[in-house]
Amino acid sequence: MTEKTHLPATQPKNKALDWLDERTGWRMVRDLADHKVVPMHAGTAWYYFGGITLFLFGIQVITGVLLLLYYRPSVAEAFDSVRFIMTRVQFGWLIRSIHSWSANLLILAAFVHMFSVVFTHAYRRPRELTWLTGIALLGLMLGFGFSGYLLPWNQISYFATKVGTDVAASVPIAGPSVARFLRGGEDVGAATLTRFFAFHVMILPLITFGLVGLHLLLVQFHGMSTPSGISPSQLAHMKFFPNFFLRELVVWYGVLAVLGTLAAIFPWELGQKADPFASAPAGIRPEWYFLAQFYTLKLIPSHVWFFEGELLGLLGFGLLAAGWVALPFWAAGRNGEHRDRLVAGAGVFLICYLATFTILGYVK
Amino acid sequence: MENRPDSGQDRRTVISWLLGGGVAASLASFFYPVIRFINPPAVAEASINEVDAGKAQDLKPNSGKIVKFGNKPALLVRVSDTEWKAFSAVCTHLNCTVQYRDSRHDIWCACHNGTYDLNGRVQSGPPPRPLEELDVKVRGDAVVISRRT
Amino acid sequence: MRAPAILFLLYCSLSIASARDSCMTCHSAMEEGTKGPTTLIKNDVHISHGLSCADCHGGDRASDDPSVAMSKAKGFKGKPARTAIPKFCASCHANPDIMRKFAPSERVDQYELYQTSVHGKRLAAGDANVATCIDCHSVHDIRAVKDALSPVHPLHVAETCARCHSDKVKMAPYKIPTNQFDEYRTSVHWEAMTKRGDLSAPSCASCHGNHGAKPPQVESVAAVCGTCHVTFQALYEKSVHKAIFSGRAPSGLGGGGCIVCHSNHGIHQPSTAMLVGPNAVCSECHEAGSAPAQTAAQMAAWIDGLDRALKQSETVLARAEEYGMEVSEAQVRLLDGREDLVKARLALHAIDPGEMRKPIDAGMAVAKETLADGQAALREKDFRRWGLAVSVILIGIAILAIRFLLRRIETNGNSEVRGPQQGPL
Repeated sequence: MTEKTHLPATQPKNKALDWLDERTGWRMVRDLADHKVVPMHAGTAWYYFGGITLFLFGIQVITGVLLLLYYRPSVAEAFDSVRFIMTRVQFGWLIRSIHSWSANLLILAAFVHMFSVVFTHAYRRPRELTWLTGIALLGLMLGFGFSGYLLPWNQISYFATKVGTDVAASVPIAGPSVARFLRGGEDVGAATLTRFFAFHVMILPLITFGLVGLHLLLVQFHGMSTPSGISPSQLAHMKFFPNFFLRELVVWYGVLAVLGTLAAIFPWELGQKADPFASAPAGIRPEWYFLAQFYTLKLIPSHVWFFEGELLGLLGFGLLAAGWVALPFWAAGRNGEHRDRLVAGAGVFLICYLATFTILGYVK
Repeated sequence: MENRPDSGQDRRTVISWLLGGGVAASLASFFYPVIRFINPPAVAEASINEVDAGKAQDLKPNSGKIVKFGNKPALLVRVSDTEWKAFSAVCTHLNCTVQYRDSRHDIWCACHNGTYDLNGRVQSGPPPRPLEELDVKVRGDAVVISRRT
Repeated sequence: MRAPAILFLLYCSLSIASARDSCMTCHSAMEEGTKGPTTLIKNDVHISHGLSCADCHGGDRASDDPSVAMSKAKGFKGKPARTAIPKFCASCHANPDIMRKFAPSERVDQYELYQTSVHGKRLAAGDANVATCIDCHSVHDIRAVKDALSPVHPLHVAETCARCHSDKVKMAPYKIPTNQFDEYRTSVHWEAMTKRGDLSAPSCASCHGNHGAKPPQVESVAAVCGTCHVTFQALYEKSVHKAIFSGRAPSGLGGGGCIVCHSNHGIHQPSTAMLVGPNAVCSECHEAGSAPAQTAAQMAAWIDGLDRALKQSETVLARAEEYGMEVSEAQVRLLDGREDLVKARLALHAIDPGEMRKPIDAGMAVAKETLADGQAALREKDFRRWGLAVSVILIGIAILAIRFLLRRIETNGNSEVRGPQQGPL
């Protein structure tokens, strides 16, 4: 039995669709979409994570716009406006808690997506640009997390931002200017809030929309990658529309259920209004996605040989980041052979480092 | 596809409708909170900077009343026909609520006999700091108390 | 060249002459004993006003010759006898013309008050063991009362009095107890002063007077307490206890009035345990089962009841707040209830249950209202959880629907597409 997607042209319903097609060419897009397939193999499940990340980003945009209807980005009113959302606006508690939880799930999903790409070696030629745009997007998501965290203007977010920008300031040469640019001045204050709001609500979204568009376009162009060593012709494929997409909807519904549960049972706390003259709360630390680096810096002794410890740490992170970004380029040998084992090893090492130091950062 | 008896077909249709209804209901359960959210709540202001303190004619000259300002009490004093004053009514000694004393034209705290003058300054007794003064604006018959900026 | 040099020397010698203080110069070079004051006076408030040794002790400070500097002809008084100290200080401090020059708003009646005090009377009778000016204010390093290091700064007054009054040996001849400071340190007033920094809290001088120090008489105790605790005094004066407690000095306690129930120095946080129970103050006079005892029990029950009701509301509201519910309005109302409780405890002092009824009823109404608000907030929280459960179920149904749909469209295996497939573009 054929599906209803290709109705005979004489059906009256199609007159409207014909009108649209003549003017927009939508059927061309539909036909292209119809050709999209997903290879089926042991690692097919990992393909979901790109979509999950995208879905969560969509949730962030929607809930973010809704919050924007009530949030006020000034030092005097930010905290009270968030409290207003949590207590007076209908379902404000839900929208805000979903936004906060989804931010964390989004970053987690982005990391899982990245590591799944690493272990399935999907960064290989010709997909290097997809990798680069993806890494840039991960960086943007972390930027969203950092800038958004300050917006409720409570004690924890104020001091976490202070610590974070202090770390940025200690980068040699460029550090102080970068920190000044981020803070909008010498200290974290009203200027910082305005600036972070601009980053979070306009600048980062604009860049992200552009990069996401590019990233998705590249994915459609190259198609889904298959694990190394297996030729695509050897594999069965599943149509993306409607089959894989329906499955993806199931996954997205599941994510919604998780989000709703988290928001209702573990509402995101309001905290206390930021008081710049109070001492930093004991045990102040950044959010979990910055914790590993933060804890590493804490562990490094203040002086190693004649180098300043923190400088060495930052240098190390910089080198690590540069190496990671350039992964597709060193993962392929001179003769085009794949250094799969090396990459997998690097991936495992990175996961272990991040996981261990994040946990340590919490426990200590 | 196998042949199914008609009752099976009916059952499938019923299930289809039920499931479709479920999907529609789930979507509704997402849109319902969003629609309610977008609708502004009754109290449209977030932080309390301004509070309606009632009608001017309700307060006689040389009298005062307590008005809720955010989640703290405020004291509105009508000094004369045309002069109004407002203060935070939280005594700076041990946080009792102060009151206006028309016999002495001052503000008195019953707990430990602290008194303040009509500028909020401590006149006598244990309070260590003056009362925070608030702005009063009378627009027609409406009296509005607002925080000093 | 010579003229400027001579002028310079002249200038030096003149300035040295005008600043010459032979007292300081000689005594600071001495051995112990008379050297002491020269280091102490660095902190003295008199020195900061430009006064010096000779201004109190007399003599001529411009002369280097001791027989001139310390001659009676120049008014040298030397070290005064203990019994003469107050008059010594009063020679300036009781003289408005002199005090006006240095501190115009200072009082000048300290000596007059001192002479009415127990210390002053005994000193006049020749007892040199009682306190004189220098015992409290120190000597040679006298600091202003406002100075945090002054022994008569409000925070230090009690310690200063205790130096003698907690000394058993010293107090033995006068038969005065020595437990006052220890008791005072257990009191709410001491706590207010030391823990909360409330300088308006009373210490010894606030009730006993400082220069005119005398214990308040039985009649005046309520007036002394009433300087701060105004409303309590007003109610007490109207109550039956006033007549009964006046003129009464129960054993072990120094007076009547408020002290009968609340003690004098070791005043603790009052509670309903003072009304009923094993440590009840009321039962010291009233027999169990008597009408007054029953009144006490009734009032205690009301106060405890209101406190419990308010606590219950507070707990419920706090829980609702933790769940993110908006309860600030109810919490403000609850403050009114707390004030009603304070008013009820206040009304107790009229010993008339009718006085207490009003605030108790008002407070209970507030407690009831706020409890209802808190419970409504908790119900709203439950509604949210149910709402979540419903949407999760609906999501479950939607997932089933999609899987059902998938099964339907895939039973004829049309999901798989074989052959080399890359991107659609």
